[in-house]
Amino acid sequence: MIAELGHFALVLALMVALVQGVVPMVGAARGDIRLMDMAPPAATVQLALVAAAFGALTYSYVVSDFSVLNVAQNSHSLKPMLYKISGVWGNHEGSLVLWVLILALYGGLVALFGGNLPPTLKARVLAVQAIVAFGFLAFLLLTSNPFERIFPPPMDGNDLNPLLQDPGLAFHPPMLYAGYVGLSTAFSFAVAALIEGKVDAAWARWVRPWTLAAWIFLTAGIALGSWWAYYELGWGGFWFWDPVENASFMPWLVATALLHSAIVVEKRDTLKSWTILLAIVGFSLSLIGTFLVRSGVLTSVHAFASDPERGIFILLLLVIAIGGSLLLFAWRAPSMQAGGLFRPVSREGGLILNNLLMSMAAAVVLIGTLFPLMVDALNLPKISVGAPWFNIVFVPLMMPAIVVAGIGPLLAWKRGDLKTAMARLKYAAIGTVLITAAALWLAWGYSMGSFLGIAVAAWLGTATLTELAGRIGLGRMPVGNSLRRAGGLPRSAWGMTVTHLGLAVTVAGITGASLWRTESIQVMEIGDSVEVGGYEFVFDKVENLRGPNYFIERATFTVRRDGEVYTVMEPEKRRYMVQQRETTEAAIFTTPMKDLYAVLGDRAGGDTWVTRIYHSPLVPWMWIGSLLMILGGTLSLSDRRLRVGAPSRRRPAKPAAAQPAGAE
Amino acid sequence: MRRLIFIVPLVVFAGFVGATGWYIMEIQRDSQRAPNIIGAGEQNKPVPEFELPPLLDDLPGIATGDFGGEVIMVNVFASWCIPCRAEHPLITRIGEEGIVPVWGINYKNKREEAIAWLDELGNSYERIGFDLSGRVGIEWGVYGVPETFLIDKSGRIRFKHVGPLTSSDLKETIFPMIDCLNKRPQAETCLSGS
Repeated sequence: MIAELGHFALVLALMVALVQGVVPMVGAARGDIRLMDMAPPAATVQLALVAAAFGALTYSYVVSDFSVLNVAQNSHSLKPMLYKISGVWGNHEGSLVLWVLILALYGGLVALFGGNLPPTLKARVLAVQAIVAFGFLAFLLLTSNPFERIFPPPMDGNDLNPLLQDPGLAFHPPMLYAGYVGLSTAFSFAVAALIEGKVDAAWARWVRPWTLAAWIFLTAGIALGSWWAYYELGWGGFWFWDPVENASFMPWLVATALLHSAIVVEKRDTLKSWTILLAIVGFSLSLIGTFLVRSGVLTSVHAFASDPERGIFILLLLVIAIGGSLLLFAWRAPSMQAGGLFRPVSREGGLILNNLLMSMAAAVVLIGTLFPLMVDALNLPKISVGAPWFNIVFVPLMMPAIVVAGIGPLLAWKRGDLKTAMARLKYAAIGTVLITAAALWLAWGYSMGSFLGIAVAAWLGTATLTELAGRIGLGRMPVGNSLRRAGGLPRSAWGMTVTHLGLAVTVAGITGASLWRTESIQVMEIGDSVEVGGYEFVFDKVENLRGPNYFIERATFTVRRDGEVYTVMEPEKRRYMVQQRETTEAAIFTTPMKDLYAVLGDRAGGDTWVTRIYHSPLVPWMWIGSLLMILGGTLSLSDRRLRVGAPSRRRPAKPAAAQPAGAE
Repeated sequence: MRRLIFIVPLVVFAGFVGATGWYIMEIQRDSQRAPNIIGAGEQNKPVPEFELPPLLDDLPGIATGDFGGEVIMVNVFASWCIPCRAEHPLITRIGEEGIVPVWGINYKNKREEAIAWLDELGNSYERIGFDLSGRVGIEWGVYGVPETFLIDKSGRIRFKHVGPLTSSDLKETIFPMIDCLNKRPQAETCLSGS
């Protein structure tokens, strides 16, 4: 009964989406305020309906109702509650319901907080949002009904893939979807602006918080996924250029570019059509990612069960959503007037360089992801594209982007002076040299590339601090005054500083974790010891234990340094009873500068096991850096100027220097 | 002229839709082949001319002359490839149960990493060729690891699977194919779908 109610709620949501997609659009065209006013209540009702459907599916999982096919295929009565719930989105159908729920949630939020939007823009944004929702609801109902029944119901379920039974992964998809789908709002704003034919500073200010929110979620989702891969997959890696990872990374790169170009639109009233294009492309890449993962066009470890029929349907959705919006773009964008002019060396110039590099990086990732497909379609000579290819092409694009991120904030709008900026950056240069020298001294013998990575990270970090010091007048006035000025800086300025610092820390972490890692893989007998990275690992014992729905083999390593006991590590291997699959649970010992990482492999006979031990410097920096980026984004989002709800009235209170004439 | 620039994104997207649409049609037309389409270049051709040194001291490498006489499964793997890890237990079981001899091509991999990987996950390959540069992989038409080939008794490539094997692939496609290649003298009649 509950499942049928859920199904019914989805059908109703589809109807509401149709109304919400058509009526306000017509109203906006005719200037009929009553028709336009349909949009917010429709968005709210749609949210309630989709939430009800999601609740019904969740309920079926929680009570283990195996007469629902989806539950029988993906759950098990012995599974812990957390994974019963996360199982809802651990499969194709359920994850789509979550997708649509988040889409409806954003629509509801625009309806709720969009009070200050011009009525036509608001109506059109909500209508576009509803059209996207209509497409996905139709897809869900026609090809992937999550509420399908099965008769006779099985005694117990198939269980969720044990790799996915993990707290990190329980929250990873919702985060990622909140990011992907959040870009839909920027997309809706872009399409609405194209229909209106008007893009101005106010538009950029409205679109930025939504993009920023999506960006924060994407960052968190990607970081969580990477963290999960690191500790759960058990071979010490954190990023594999897998199609699914790429699918989340491309929108992130474009969203990053969009955040930066929206600043230019807001402050300088130029780069409009480019910004619109980025908003369209960002969400398009989210859609393409969804399509690639679910259509079976690309195979991947985390791919959901693929089905060509669904593929055709999603492709059709893509054609309508992306093709339609790009067509609109080709038609309407050329008539947009470019605003203020600027020199190549200027804040705008720096932001454009950022945009170019980010877009190129996204293009490179897209090409690499689609390469197997292109090779096949065009019958080209077969060339392999794997992790090494991505590293060779991607890293050289990111290096200059990071260097520029250090310089850009010091350049003035319109016409910057590279000489002055560089003069102000002399301390950053000295700091970079010192830090790189320290790294050379500490890690001599590793590849030169690793020191380049550290130098770039140090440059961004020190340059960002220099910019902050300049802003608060550190050294030019008493420290008390500087602190007061620091307190008075707008949150968006702090957001930029913290995010760029976070990026610097992350880059250093990635460099250390990929290039300074030592690994040791060997067969060990109980009592054996091995030395890795200056630590002695003694293999004490292996015990057999039992978990709720799995068996455990747990090893104990005593780690010694200079003869003293340093820590004890207990990696596990789990065998899940239902799916008969094994997972490794690495033991990780974290300190601020490094991770020790131990994995118990297979039994090699008798009292011997294969073990893997890694010494990975700077790994925690990646997670700290990601947290800083999330924090920085959140700070910027909380800036009064961008606060969803009351931005424009506050504008006159701001210092005139940051405000171009005629931006209002 | 200026207007043309704004059409570029649409054109690029149209290309994308064309390519993927064609690809999906292809998959649908022959769901047996999905999504692991056999590249037109190598199917039914003799294995390319090549010679690979052994990866391990106690297992031989692979050369063109080694094929022929029996049906062989060739599995291309690398320790850096995650899907390989997913399919490896199946590959190992096929070798252990003697369903068909499995030969490995270790693709673009450091020797010690590959050895450690096999130590950890098990090794039932009868031969392993060590293809550090990936040259031989290109000869074979490898463009994504893992890939699995079936070679008939006359040394011709009869089947290719791109991506990790699943047990349903084995049951539905690979095993019937092996069976057919073993039984029928004219391997041509064994093309996928039969």
